[in-house]
Amino acid sequence: MAALIETCGLTLHFGGLKAVDGVDFTLNSGEIHALIGPNGAGKTTFVSLLSGRRLPQSGTILMDGTDITALPAHVRVRKGIAYTFQITSIFPRLSVFDNVALAVQARGVGDLAGRTRAALARVGMEGLEKQEAQTLSYGHQRLLELTMGLALQPRVLILDEPTQGLAASEIEGFIRLVEGLVPATTVLLIEHNMEVVMDLATRITVLNFGKVLATGTPAEIRANPAVQEAYLGA
Amino acid sequence: MTGGGVTGGGVKVWVLHLALLAVLFSAQFWLSPYHATNLVRIMVLAVFAMGYNLAFGYTGLLSLGHALLLAAGMYAAGLPAQLWGWSAGPAFIAGVAGGGLMAAAVGLLALRTAGVSFMIVTLMFAQAGFLTLLYFAPITGGDDGFALANASRRIFGFDLSADTPRFLAAFVIFALGLLASLALVRSPFGRSMVAMRENEERSRMLGYNPFMVKLAALACSGLYAGAAGAAYALLFGYAGASFATIQYSILPMLYVLLGGAGTTLGPFLGALVMFALIEAASGLTSAYFFLVGAALVALVLFAPKGILGTIRERWVRWLP
Repeated sequence: MAALIETCGLTLHFGGLKAVDGVDFTLNSGEIHALIGPNGAGKTTFVSLLSGRRLPQSGTILMDGTDITALPAHVRVRKGIAYTFQITSIFPRLSVFDNVALAVQARGVGDLAGRTRAALARVGMEGLEKQEAQTLSYGHQRLLELTMGLALQPRVLILDEPTQGLAASEIEGFIRLVEGLVPATTVLLIEHNMEVVMDLATRITVLNFGKVLATGTPAEIRANPAVQEAYLGA
Repeated sequence: MTGGGVTGGGVKVWVLHLALLAVLFSAQFWLSPYHATNLVRIMVLAVFAMGYNLAFGYTGLLSLGHALLLAAGMYAAGLPAQLWGWSAGPAFIAGVAGGGLMAAAVGLLALRTAGVSFMIVTLMFAQAGFLTLLYFAPITGGDDGFALANASRRIFGFDLSADTPRFLAAFVIFALGLLASLALVRSPFGRSMVAMRENEERSRMLGYNPFMVKLAALACSGLYAGAAGAAYALLFGYAGASFATIQYSILPMLYVLLGGAGTTLGPFLGALVMFALIEAASGLTSAYFFLVGAALVALVLFAPKGILGTIRERWVRWLP
């Protein structure tokens, strides 16, 4: 499989805190790649560097072999890197329709209403389009966030703790949805719920103290003694 | 923008706006000349406020420097008329362009800031503009300003200093401004303006460049302010530095807050009510600004979303 995104020596320190410390990482096209690690391991900071919300102090990020290290976030989004926020970030006072339309129209305004409704139908939210986003249930707000990411038709979808706070039944629906995205969309998933990770991921990277501890298939990661010691606690 | 959001309402929305325009058009036949002239003033100020509303009400840009844009339009129209004898048509176009260009120039610098800093920077620019007008008093007339020659106040053979052409000119500018702002806020671009107001960081992660969206919105706002400034100069035959003072930065904000920020008809309603309020209060006491202030305090306490904002929230959800 071809590398869609590669990082080389990616580094961002906050004073003495080495949030991301020389990370070499490869995201292959069409995979579901999970990023795990203890709290404070640097997972969110690392994907912030990938999405351009933060700029690294050193190191490079390549997409399709092209250096995108210095590109601003909105340009990376247009190149196909979509990011969904760990803390739900929607337009709370706008309707569900307008929320999704904002993502859809970023890719062109032809048949905006039709494409927006299709994006909502894809996740089963078609009945809610007139509702104000802030009045949705928490689960639906998370789903709306995901829908906005999907409506960008990204090549890479970065999901930052998408199942946090969801009910078990909602998590099941989420897993089925993400499974259906690959291989057209490559997924990078930060997740604490190990069942979700083991169920979905084709590869896993473990971060600890800003460094890559291990990369491999779920089975390899489970068997890795260093990972067990640092994280799985077995 | 709540409930119905950017789209929704459809035909009802256009009918409402066209009905208002029909009533305003007919007003020249049933209002006394005194009130008709006041209505001309209100319509021109409402155009200014509509522009302010695009920046503040829809895009969330709280500018304290819109007087600069009004004055830019006023002088870009007034000076060529004064110095080179331009007629009203070209002078008006120059005024609109002047407002838009000034807004773009200020925006390029001021939009590097946000929030309170943006307020301060825009205020500073406006103050600098005012002082520039005073400094070049031999040309601009400074505080006293200058009167436009009647020869420059003609368009298509009509004399804009006469009541009927003046009313019609103001009405046409107002109507075009209102319908354009309605079309704009219901367009995809209008939706991205609102996105800046509601959640700029999320917008960036949807692929929008916030700086460019806000710059474009501010430039649109400047076109309106420029149109209002130019119209004021040409319809009332006067341009002066007093229009560049802080008072004219605050007025459109008050109109918009009173009528309802982020509503298409709010700026006109706000201008109308505020004008009526000042008119009524000045008949009662010389301290009429005190009554206006009291009315504003009441507004903030009981209807912080303004008249139309409150009506939209409680009753008429489809109001744009």
